[in-house]
Amino acid sequence: MELLLNIVIYLPLFGALLLLFIRRDEWVRWTSLIITTAAFLLSLPLLLQFDISATGSAQFMTVGEPFLGDWDVKYMVGLDGLSMLLFMLTTFMAPIVVLSSWDSITKHVAGFFSMLLILQTGSLGVFAALDLFMFYIFFELTQIPMFFLIGIWGGEDRIYATVKFFIYTLVGWLLMLVALIYVGFAAGNMVNDGVFTTDWMLLTSPEFQLGLVEQTWLFLAFGFAFCIKVPIFPFHSWLPLAHTEAPTAGSVVLAAIALKMGTFAILRYLIPLFPNAAIAFAPMFAVLGVIGIIYGALVAMVQKDVKKLVAYSSISHLGFVVLGMFAFNTTGGQGAIIQMVNHGLSTGALFIIVGMLYERRHSRMIADFGGVAKMMPVLTVMFMIATLASIGLPGLNGFVGEFLILVGSFNSDVLGSYWYAVFAALGVILAAGYMLWMFQRVMFGPITHEENKKLTDINAREIGLLIPIMIFIVWIGVRPTDFTKYSEAQVTWLLEDTQNRAAAIAHNAAGQDLPFWAEKLYDITPQLASEPGLVIEKSEQSENPEQKRK
Amino acid sequence: MESANELLTILPLIIIGAAGLFVMMLDAFTGSARLAYLFTVFFSAAALVAAVSNLFGPTGESFHNLIVYGGIAAFGMVLVMIGTLFSVILTRDYLEKTDSHIAEVYSLILFASFGMLLLVSSNNLLTLFLGIETMSISLYVLAGLVRDRKQGVEAALKYFLLGAFATGFLLYGIALLYGASGSTFLVDIAATDDKGLIFWAGVALLLVGFFFKISAVPFHMWTPDVYQGAPTTITAFMATASKAAVFVAFILVLSRALPEARDGWSDVIWLFAIFTMVVGNILALVQDNVKRMLAYSSIAHAGYIMIGLAAGTGAAYSAVLFYLFAYTLMNIGAFGVVAYYEWHKGYDFTAVKNYSGLGFQQPVIGVLMSVFLFSMVGIPPFAGFIGKYRVFAAAIDEGLISLVVVGVLASAASVYYYLRVLVHLYMKDNETGITLERPGTVYTAVLLLLALLTIYFGVNPGVLTDLLGSFKGLHY
Repeated sequence: MELLLNIVIYLPLFGALLLLFIRRDEWVRWTSLIITTAAFLLSLPLLLQFDISATGSAQFMTVGEPFLGDWDVKYMVGLDGLSMLLFMLTTFMAPIVVLSSWDSITKHVAGFFSMLLILQTGSLGVFAALDLFMFYIFFELTQIPMFFLIGIWGGEDRIYATVKFFIYTLVGWLLMLVALIYVGFAAGNMVNDGVFTTDWMLLTSPEFQLGLVEQTWLFLAFGFAFCIKVPIFPFHSWLPLAHTEAPTAGSVVLAAIALKMGTFAILRYLIPLFPNAAIAFAPMFAVLGVIGIIYGALVAMVQKDVKKLVAYSSISHLGFVVLGMFAFNTTGGQGAIIQMVNHGLSTGALFIIVGMLYERRHSRMIADFGGVAKMMPVLTVMFMIATLASIGLPGLNGFVGEFLILVGSFNSDVLGSYWYAVFAALGVILAAGYMLWMFQRVMFGPITHEENKKLTDINAREIGLLIPIMIFIVWIGVRPTDFTKYSEAQVTWLLEDTQNRAAAIAHNAAGQDLPFWAEKLYDITPQLASEPGLVIEKSEQSENPEQKRK
Repeated sequence: MESANELLTILPLIIIGAAGLFVMMLDAFTGSARLAYLFTVFFSAAALVAAVSNLFGPTGESFHNLIVYGGIAAFGMVLVMIGTLFSVILTRDYLEKTDSHIAEVYSLILFASFGMLLLVSSNNLLTLFLGIETMSISLYVLAGLVRDRKQGVEAALKYFLLGAFATGFLLYGIALLYGASGSTFLVDIAATDDKGLIFWAGVALLLVGFFFKISAVPFHMWTPDVYQGAPTTITAFMATASKAAVFVAFILVLSRALPEARDGWSDVIWLFAIFTMVVGNILALVQDNVKRMLAYSSIAHAGYIMIGLAAGTGAAYSAVLFYLFAYTLMNIGAFGVVAYYEWHKGYDFTAVKNYSGLGFQQPVIGVLMSVFLFSMVGIPPFAGFIGKYRVFAAAIDEGLISLVVVGVLASAASVYYYLRVLVHLYMKDNETGITLERPGTVYTAVLLLLALLTIYFGVNPGVLTDLLGSFKGLHY
């Protein structure tokens, strides 16, 4: 199984190298399809063998030798409840993405598909990595193909879009790199005999206790990077641009997979690594999430370009994910994970459908359409399902995620107020407004443009690639536990463990001298020091970091 | 027997020195550039092998303690020889295509390389000075190699005048240090008790001399003009081998002659590192000429390396050595690609807009350029990332977090100008209408090898970091 996981991760990269030697475009397309399909099929046994009750450590783990000389930085991959569903989403979407760009990409075909495949290896690595350093490497591995995908095969304004996307993301992640190194040394001193380490298991162990002031800075550095990647309002300005200019496949991968890296990283690293800061800043993130929900929805409402509308709706949906994670309870966390999957499926489908319309009509402006339903009945059905899923109609997948998140944030002890849920619910109503209005203007009404009379309905390939998504949209909507069961145990454990560790650190910090802002932020009362329970004593090694390092 | 062993310790020096003289004679008697090229490649490769074998050999001092060998010195030799060997191979195709292939190039390169080898193994400030001068004088001539090119002559003259000026600083610094300590041996300077005004003035002048050679801001003015004016592959040689050699010598001086004075020079380097990173990167942003851009980028890289020097620990020095290695690989590669594009239209076909749409014409070269540039940006999985990572980490471990944050922000800005080249290569349409010819097999193979090494040491840096780590305690 360990080997199988590695095969699934690296098969696409191998395929990308293979494509360099294939001359004919047709063979390039088929090879990519075969490779991605094989990767998906090979990932199924992982899902079946997955032990859903396991918590703490990951499964199917491969642990390599330290490869950075005297530092304990290892190749470490494995899957747990946090990553399983997203990993499967990635392998599942890959063949669909390949199929969706079958006819639309005509220049530099081999280059295009090899970029897609490299991107897939990077994405799978991001979800499977269990070492912060490996996570960083895999993440950057996804940036390079994305840069080329948008820049070479994108629309009019592609160069500005891709450069902005790349630099914006990199600024955040380079600052995070500094914080990452700091965490590595600190963790080395506390839990790894003075040897630099970024092992996720060690970083989440109870003995790893960062001081409150340190935590704040590190949390902000990591948080900044992840906020940009998600993107959380106000760091979102690269997203509509990149989405609109990217080719269909690029938009789909960006929406379905790449944006999840940010939210996934929040759950995997930001919350458990800096427990006190995460809890202290939870209301702030929740507010930003809610602002994102409403702002994204309002801006989506006034868009003239269908693709931009879907892009802004992404900001809105990702706001839900952030809100759910910072609710700090199982319901919210579960909702966040399933919402990530849902967003991948429904927004992915929407981008594919917009791409299909664009291929036929060479326009994405809402005003250029109208009455398309008469010419393209099959597409209309698919579009309708994806639209309703995106709105969150009960019985389809979007409802499950948003409902769980709303309930989770409503009951959240950490957030301590139901107003978050109230305002977030407003976003659902707005979503119904902008999505249905757009749908009505594009698909229904009289045909006002002559060109639209010549539209042909989607062909067998296009139906074939949409059907699997539609199946899962309905499946998750009807039987959500088939999916949520994978993450339940781990999410519950993670959030509880994080809060326990936060309590222990706060306990140890009580009575220490803290800057005034830290005292305000963390609300450390003297009583805390005398409170029993939830206390994990600092280990011996952490008291003498200097000696251990030598 | 003792003396024979001593000779072995400087075997690369002997090979390159003898080869320089031999190639010069060969030129005088046969005038064949081709023969000169073949012998140069052969001798450089031999010296590289000798340097690599020294790397695993013993360490110590020889020739009445004038020379250090093994460890960091051997690694410096390896860097110099890698720079020399690859630049020589690229130089031949480039000069042939631009009709300026003359045999003197090779003997000059070998003499410069001899100076660098001496530089990286100097244990005495006078040996160091001899090395720097031998290197520099050869480089002055190389910069103006193509006589009928105005920029070339300008570059050579500028380089010479400013270089001579900086040498004056260096020499004055050496004199003052001698005055303060009574010796020019690095260890004796370290042992001197009298750290008065003369001593510190000497240190300051010495630092100025080094800052000039590594083109730290504000001593960088010569760099863009010289890098642009010199023939491109010679620029590659200057930017890699000579930079690496001076940095290694800098480490030797800092760690062996001035370890006690660290508090003093660390702050100075800290300050100049910030200048260098910020100014280098900002000026690189506005360059329209790829060679000038790479010149400013090499200034910026010097800034990142100075972060490691400012940290001044064993781990930091070994990180710097790794960085220099990665820097050498990717810089020769990038200049090699620039030289390849340039030779289609003679000299100065180096404006970034000339590159529009060339990426897909010779896809292999385009991909290689992407590898080199992404490695310079510092993106995994390329060696440049590991270099940056280790340097930053060593500095963070020493508490220089603010310096690292400046470095990180500066390198985020650098992304723009590196990407700009790729944007033109891949995302714009060809305007110049040129059709690229296939580069020679050897030329492609060298670039490919450089790219593969860049990837290999990015994915598996442990091989090298272990080796560099093992130097600890021997020479710093």
